[in-house]
Amino acid sequence: MPRRKVMTGVLLAAGSLAGSVLLRRRAARKRERVDLYADDGSMHSFGEGTAEADRLLPIAHELLAS
Amino acid sequence: MLGAMDAAQAIADLKEISPQVRDVVVIDPEGNPAGSSLREEPAAARLADGARRLLATADELRPGVAQLEAATIVGSVFVVRDGARLIAATTTPEPTVGLVFYDLKTCLRSIDEPAQKKPTGPRAPATDKAEDATA
Repeated sequence: MPRRKVMTGVLLAAGSLAGSVLLRRRAARKRERVDLYADDGSMHSFGEGTAEADRLLPIAHELLAS
Repeated sequence: MLGAMDAAQAIADLKEISPQVRDVVVIDPEGNPAGSSLREEPAAARLADGARRLLATADELRPGVAQLEAATIVGSVFVVRDGARLIAATTTPEPTVGLVFYDLKTCLRSIDEPAQKKPTGPRAPATDKAEDATA
């Protein structure tokens, strides 16, 4: 019986952890960002609030609104 | 205009295979829309202008940008450069980024380039082989 309780606890903890990871990932994806891909294959990502994104995101908003 | 009929067909194919794509515009080397999914010309011109501004600003920040995605909550804007030509698209939120880039590049490359002018001048005389051999 105690062994079963331990298993239930472990499963609940694992489920909570997986749920929180998924929620964090989903929240991160919902953040606005700009990804720049260079000719050499490198990529730079700028999240909202950075100087780079603050210059580029308004143009994107303008295009998506029209 | 650069192969307008071909651009229209390529854009129609793109829209068919990529339901995430909303509006598309192909921009010729002069910066003008060469084809678009938008029916109204001013709307296509606005998208083309915005895409060029987006790429120009990105180039100021990080020179040598070949393609970009600006992701917002309401959707994304993609701009892809292939030589002197560009293709820009708006998509639904959270698109499959790799697929959209692939589809845009395929679309742009499937559009005919303007015919290259053939040289009309006389052919240069053949060089003396003996002269080459001694070099």
